[in-house]
Formats: sequence, structure tokens, C-alpha cells
Amino acid sequence: MTKKNIRKIKKYFFGYLFIAPAMIGFFVFMAWPMVNGIIMSFKKVGLKGTSEWVGLDNYTTLISDVHFLKAILNTGYYTLGIILLGVPLALVLAVILNQKLRGMTFYRLSYYLPVITMMIAVSVVWKGLLSTNNGLINYMISFLGISNIPWLTNPKWAMPGLILMSIWKGTGFNMIVFLGALQNIPKSYYEAATTDGANSLQKFTNITLPLISPAILFVMITTTINSFQIFEQAYVLTGGGPQEATTTIVYYIYQNTFEWFKPGYANAQATILFAMLLIITGIQFLLQKKWVHYE
Amino acid sequence: MNNILYKRILKIATHVLLMTGALLMLVPFAWMISTCFKDINNVFTYPPNFIPEKITLDSFSRVFEIMDFGRYYLNNFIITFLRMFGLFFTATMAGYGFGRLEFPGKNFLFICLLGTMMIPIYVIMFPSFMIIKNFGWIDTYQALTIPQMLGAFGGAFSIFLLKQNFQSIPRELEEAAIIDGAGPIRLFWSIMLPQVKPAFAALAIFSFNGSWNDFIWPLIVTNSDKMKMLSLGIARFSSDKEGLTQWPEMMAASLMALLPVVILFIIAQKKFIENASQSGIKG
Repeated sequence: MTKKNIRKIKKYFFGYLFIAPAMIGFFVFMAWPMVNGIIMSFKKVGLKGTSEWVGLDNYTTLISDVHFLKAILNTGYYTLGIILLGVPLALVLAVILNQKLRGMTFYRLSYYLPVITMMIAVSVVWKGLLSTNNGLINYMISFLGISNIPWLTNPKWAMPGLILMSIWKGTGFNMIVFLGALQNIPKSYYEAATTDGANSLQKFTNITLPLISPAILFVMITTTINSFQIFEQAYVLTGGGPQEATTTIVYYIYQNTFEWFKPGYANAQATILFAMLLIITGIQFLLQKKWVHYE
Repeated sequence: MNNILYKRILKIATHVLLMTGALLMLVPFAWMISTCFKDINNVFTYPPNFIPEKITLDSFSRVFEIMDFGRYYLNNFIITFLRMFGLFFTATMAGYGFGRLEFPGKNFLFICLLGTMMIPIYVIMFPSFMIIKNFGWIDTYQALTIPQMLGAFGGAFSIFLLKQNFQSIPRELEEAAIIDGAGPIRLFWSIMLPQVKPAFAALAIFSFNGSWNDFIWPLIVTNSDKMKMLSLGIARFSSDKEGLTQWPEMMAASLMALLPVVILFIIAQKKFIENASQSGIKG
């Protein structure tokens, strides 16, 4: 072996050595569980770890499982609520905050504070806030002439309760993303538009919106993907109830896995969830070609 | 003249709007804090009052009696720091390897690694539980720390961040060091590593925040009370029949659980917000 070859092998070895810890973590705790999960979705796994092949049985059961359908609808409802209410709210806040204002730090701090807090802890707080009798939220909306809403205890109102809380928790993050994109727009564009006699609305639709469209896409993707994985809020606030009104996909997977011990079946659901996330991302990336302007 | 008046009115209106919003965002925290100092009979009064008539500190000490709160708190610190230092090590090494070194299959392996960012933990709940079970790690600190130390469940982003940082170091710096006779270890340790220090702050914040608030992983891999992390302890307590009525204690527990991250946020708020705002520009 030539000296040059030895040096090359040494160099490669060095490279593999550096990425080794990350690759071990990746193979053992991410890639293998993912593959194994898909394999298990074609099996029936018993209590003692025994398993047998059942082909597509889990998937055919899934199609006719009304509870799973309900979980999908609930998750879709939640996601739609966040996308339709939370994302525009974040954009509006960002546009308002994108100017020289006194107290800017305070505003940013208070809008962003919920983002960093522990979901479980603030969910417990919201359980108190959303309480039907004498809860603070009901007290506050009573000034708007709305009488006591049975948040969390009524199937019709449980999901709106979760959405309300999640908007409070997540809007700050999206707002900051939008704000970052807004501040990236060169001032000269607006100055040029002003000289051309454009009004505020025209500036917003013709300059701001196209230029922040990558950020809008990013927020839509991450918000949808995160919303599809809603679990902790449902775990603490409602326990999936009442009458399965807040049983989300992940909550149902969790129940099937750890409460009813049907891991094979649960893995079929998890595989479907993963496929849905991939499709959503795919669709949104295709959409970006249509309406997102990259500079 | 009219124009100036109009602008001033607009500015005041903006402030009123933003201030109302900000106060609404803070209301849940205010309610939490005020409830800590109340006794149970004064939690849900009509109309609600934020300043209790009789202030009591009982709830804070009671938290430690009705659940093993001190242990959860300690667990959170131990686990968070272990994960953080492990991830520092893993992400820095991998970032350097992918960013600066040459070896066959580099790009392919890196794409695989980034692909895992697409896999949510919820999709692999049971198979990853099985791995831990097969290792005999259920209910141990190993289970709670080692996967995250090796960059699993969210570490891929840190590796990506470090790789970007290592890549942006100019070639000349490396070449000069090699001419000066630096070996590969010294090159990494004393020349390259100091260059990526700014990224460490972001990594520390991501990692601390993520670990401290972790819920699903301890829920899957632990079952005894002494191995619980804070979020799990609070969640379990709040769903007990007993916990449902003990609002001051639950709020005291929540407040104490939130405190470290909130303090970190107030100290490093610029860094937090920078991290978030950049994610959109890159995305």
C-alpha cells in the first residue's frame, strides 16, 4: 500500500470518527425505530412481545375504525383553527410591531413569553382559566355579552378551548418569524413606491406580501406539521374527551399503544400519520412554486 | 398640521392595541401567580380578584409534601444538563465532520440525518420504547438522556447549525494553521472550535428549553415516581382526583416549573428571538 493511500484512509477514518456519535444516535434511535414501526404495522404484537404477521389487517381495520376517523377530523379541525385564526393574527401583530415604537422590547417579550413556557404547566393554568363557573376567560367574555361557555366539558366547546390556548401559546413564535422577514425588506422599496404615489394597502399587497411569502410558507408548513401532532394540551386539559371531542391522532395512537396495548394497530396509525405529514409538506412545497417569490 | 395630528392619533391607537394584546398575553401568568398566594376557597371567586385578601405562602411548601416535587426538579436539572453537554459534544463533532472533513458517502449520510428531522417522536413512540426496553433501560437516567445526547429527537437541527458555522470559516485560517504545523486534533480544538462559539449560545438555548419542557419521552420510558421529570409530575398530579381541587398547589408547582426557562429567557431574550426570526428567513 502506498503512503498516499494510507494517508487517505487515515483521513476518511477521521471523518467517520467525528460523525460517529451522531450517526449512532440516528441509526439506533431514529432510523431503526422508524423502519421497525412500519414493519410492526403489518404485525399483531402480543403482550409478551410475541408477534405474528397479519398482512394488511391493521390497515383494513383502520379504514373502518370510526374512532380513528374521528381523531383525524378532530386534528383537522384543530389545525384549521390554528391556521385560520392564529397565523393571520401573528401576521397582523408583526406588521403592527414592524415600526419604531417605544416599549418595543416589552411588547415582544410579552407576546413571546408563552412560546418558551412548559406546555404541561401552562395547560394546567388554562384548565383553571377555562373553568365554566367563575373561570377568568368566561368572566372576561361576559363583558362582551357572552354568557358562560362550557369550555372543556362540552363536546362542542372543548376543541375551541384547546385552539384558544394553543393560539395564545404559539402566536408569538410565528409573529417573530414574520417580523424577521418584514425587517429584511429594504426600506428603499417602500420609498420608491411612495414616490410613485402608492397607498398603504397597495404597498402591503404589492411589496410586503410577495416579499414575505417565503416566511408565510414556512409558518404554514411548521404550524400544520406541529398542529397535526397536538397531544400534550389534550392530555392535560381534556384527556381526549368529552365524548372523544378532543381525541387527536397522536392521542389515539398513545391510547392504542400504552393504554389498550395494541402496538401493531397503533403503528399502522403512526405510519398513516407520517404519510399525511409527508403529503402536507409535499403539497405546500408544490404550492410555493405558484405563489412564493424568492429573491 | 392635520397630517401630524393624524399620525399622532394613529400612534396612540397602535399603542393601545398592542398594550391590550400584551396584557391579554400576560393574564394567564398573572392568574397563576395570584392563585399561588390564595387559599383554595378564594381561587374561584366572583368577580375574580388578582390580589388575594389574605396572602398565604402555604401552597409552596405544600407542593413538596403532596408530591415528590424536589426530586422531579432535581431530575429536570440533571437530565437537562446531561442532554445539553452530550448534544454539544455530538453536534460539534458531527458539524465539523460534515462541514470540514472529506470522506465517502458524506452527502448521503448528511441527507439521511436531516431527513430524521421529519420524523416526529410521536410516530415512533412504540418502536423507540421497545429499543429502550430491549436495552433494559426502562426507568433509568440512561433512557432519559442517551438518545438526546446522541442527537436523536430534535438534535439534527443543532448538527445542521454547527455544520453551517464550520463551513463559513475561511479556508485561509485552516491553511495557515496547517503551515504552522497544527495536527488534525489541534486544528479542530484550538483553531476551528473557537470560531463557532456564537452558535453555542443558540444550541444551549434550544437544548435547555427543549429538555426542560420535555414531556412525551419521560411519559414513554419511565414509570416510577422517582424518575419523573417536572412536566410528567405536574400532569399526573393534575389528573389525580386530589389534584383537581388543589389549585394553589398546582399553580405553585407550575410557577416553579416555569421559572428557570423564564429567567433564561429574560437574560438571553435577544438570542431567543434571533433564533426564531432567522428560522423564517432561511426557511
